[in-house]
Amino acid sequence: MAQVSIRKVVKAYEGNVQAVKGIDLEIADEEFVVLVGPSGCGKSTTLRMIAGLEEITGGEIWIGGDVVNDVPPRDRDIAMVFQNYALYPHMSVFDNMAFGLKLRKFSKEEIKKRVDEAARILDIQMLLERKPKALSGGQRQRVAMGRAIVRNPKVFLFDEPLSNLDAKLRVQMRTEIKKVHQTVRTTTVYVTHDQVEAMTLADRVVVMNHGVIEQVGPPQELYHNPATRFVAGFIGSPAMNFLSAQITDNGGLAVELADGAKLAIPPQRRDRYAPYKGKKVTLGLRPEHLTETQDQEKPNVVQMDALVDVVEPMGMETMVHFFVRGEPVCARVDPNLVIKPEQTLRLAADMNNMHIIDDATGKVV
Amino acid sequence: MAERGERAKNALIQLLLAANAVVMLYPLLVMLLSAFKSNGEIFANPFALPAAPNLDNLRHIWGETNFVGYLANSLMVTTASVGGIVVFATMAAYALARYPFRFSAAVFLFFLSGLMVPLKLAIIPLFIEFDVLHLVDTRLGLVLIYIAMGLPSAVFIMTGFLRTLPGELEESGRIEGASEARIMLSIMLPLARPAMIIAAIQNAVPIWNDFFFPLVFITSDARKTLPQGLTVFMGEYNTDWGVLFAGLTLSALPITLVYIALSRQFIAGMTQGAVK
Repeated sequence: MAQVSIRKVVKAYEGNVQAVKGIDLEIADEEFVVLVGPSGCGKSTTLRMIAGLEEITGGEIWIGGDVVNDVPPRDRDIAMVFQNYALYPHMSVFDNMAFGLKLRKFSKEEIKKRVDEAARILDIQMLLERKPKALSGGQRQRVAMGRAIVRNPKVFLFDEPLSNLDAKLRVQMRTEIKKVHQTVRTTTVYVTHDQVEAMTLADRVVVMNHGVIEQVGPPQELYHNPATRFVAGFIGSPAMNFLSAQITDNGGLAVELADGAKLAIPPQRRDRYAPYKGKKVTLGLRPEHLTETQDQEKPNVVQMDALVDVVEPMGMETMVHFFVRGEPVCARVDPNLVIKPEQTLRLAADMNNMHIIDDATGKVV
Repeated sequence: MAERGERAKNALIQLLLAANAVVMLYPLLVMLLSAFKSNGEIFANPFALPAAPNLDNLRHIWGETNFVGYLANSLMVTTASVGGIVVFATMAAYALARYPFRFSAAVFLFFLSGLMVPLKLAIIPLFIEFDVLHLVDTRLGLVLIYIAMGLPSAVFIMTGFLRTLPGELEESGRIEGASEARIMLSIMLPLARPAMIIAAIQNAVPIWNDFFFPLVFITSDARKTLPQGLTVFMGEYNTDWGVLFAGLTLSALPITLVYIALSRQFIAGMTQGAVK
C-alpha cells in the first residue's frame, strides 16, 4: 500500500526527443489511476519509468515516501501485468505465480497459501498444473494478474493488459480487474489507449497527449467538463462534434454556425462567453445532446435542421450523420424513429451541455 | 481433379524421399552387414547377407585391439568440446543478444569472421603455437581447437535465437526480483534449449568424425580418437575389412544414438519461428 508521486518527470531519448515532457501526478494510496491517450503520447513510457524499466531523464518518482529514481525494479516492490502477459512458457501456472515468491525466499507453505488464495480470487484453481500454452487468452490474463497479486506489492502496474483479447472477453476481463481491485485494494496505475476502459475502471483518469498531461480527474468530470479540445474529443464515444462558430450578439448572445444558424446561449453562461464575442471559436456538442425534438421542450434547447447523410441503427440508439458546411456531425436519436438518408430532420441541441473552445488556445472556456 | 494432381505430387515427393533414404542408408547397411562377415566373404559376396553371422569381428576389435581406448578418447574429446562450445557460445550470445553495449556489433562480427577462416590453412602456425604451449599430443589441445572452431557458428545460431525471445519475459523477471544471472538461467535459457541442442549436434557430429586434427596433433596411440585409430586396421598390404567395418559400426553407433535421441528437439529448433 503506497502513494505514488511523479514530479516534473522528463524522459528524453537520444537526439533530444522528449517522450515525456515534465509531468506532475499524485496518486493516492489504493487509488486506481488510468493513463489514457493515443499511441506515442508517453503513457507507456511513464508507466515503465514507475516500474524502473526505463531510466528517468529528469524529475523524481516517489513510491511510498521514497525516491525510487535509482532503485532497481526488483527493490521497488511493484508488480506489472504486460500486454502479452509475459508468462514463462516453460513453467506451470503455479510456478509462474510462485516465481517471485521463491526468489524472495518465502517458505513453501506460505507460497502455497498465497498462490491458492490468488487462484481462488481469479478462479483459476483448476489450471495450476497447466503450462501457459494450454491456456486461453483470458486464462493467461488471469494468471498474469495472479502473479501480480501473490506478491502483495505496493503498486500494481498494468500495461494495456486487455488489448490482446477479443472484444467480448475484454469487457469481461475489465469487470474482473475492477473486482480484483475492489478485493485487493492496491494502488494501481493502468495504461490503455481505450477511453472506454479508462472511464469504466478509473477512480481518476489521466489524459495524456504529446508527452504532457492534458487533464486529470474522475471519469464523469472529464466527460462533463473537459479542459481542452483534445480531452473533449478523446473522451466519449462516439466522439464530440466540433463545429466552427462565432459568438454573436444581435439581441441576445448566440453561437453562430458556419451555415448561419444561430443557437442561443443559455442565460447562466452568458457572462462566461461574453468576452469571446466576435472571436473564432469551436462549438463542442456531444451526439447524445443532439437528439430528436420532444413535445415538451426543456429550457435552453434550440432547434436546427439537418439533411441526413447516413443512418446507423445500433439497437438501443440510432446514430444520424450529417454535415454542417462540410463539417461532420453526429446526432443520437430514438431508435424507434424511421429516418431515411436525404431527408430533412429537425434536431434539438441541448445547449446546457454545450462547450465553447477558444480556437487560439485549444482550451474549453 | 485438383485432388488427383495433389495426390500425384505427394506420391512423387514420397518416391523421391524414399529413393534418397535408400541411397543414404545403403552404405550404412553394407557397413553393418560386413561387420558380421569374414574378410574372404566380403570379397566373395560383398552385397549378400552374411552366410554365417558371427560376432568374431566385434569380439576381436573389442578385446584384442585398442578400440576401447580410442572410443574413450573420442567420447572425452567430443563431450568436452561440445560442452565448452555450448557453454561459452551461450554466454557470449546472451550478452550480444540481450544487452546493448558499445561495439557489440563489432564483437559479433569478430565471432562471425571466424566462420570465414578455414582453420586447416592455419595448421602450421597452430602447430608451432601448440608446440610452445606443450599442447601437442594432448587431448586438451584437441578440445581447445574444436571449441575455437565451433564457437563462431554456435554464437551465430544462439544470438539469432536469443534475440527472438520477448523482452517482456526479462522485464517481468526483473520486476519480480530476479538477478540478471537468475533471469538468464531460470527464464531465458530454458527457452533457448532448442538452439543449444542445434549448436551441440551441429558440432558434435563433425568433431566425432574429425580425422584431420588428431592426425596432425596426436602421435601416441594411447591418445588417438576413433577415426584416426581405425586406420590402424588398414595395412599397407592387407586389411582385415571385417574388423574395420565392425570398428566403423561401433564408432558410428554412439553419435547416431545421440542424434536420434535429440532429433525431435533438433527439428523443433530448426522450425521454431517458421510458423507462429
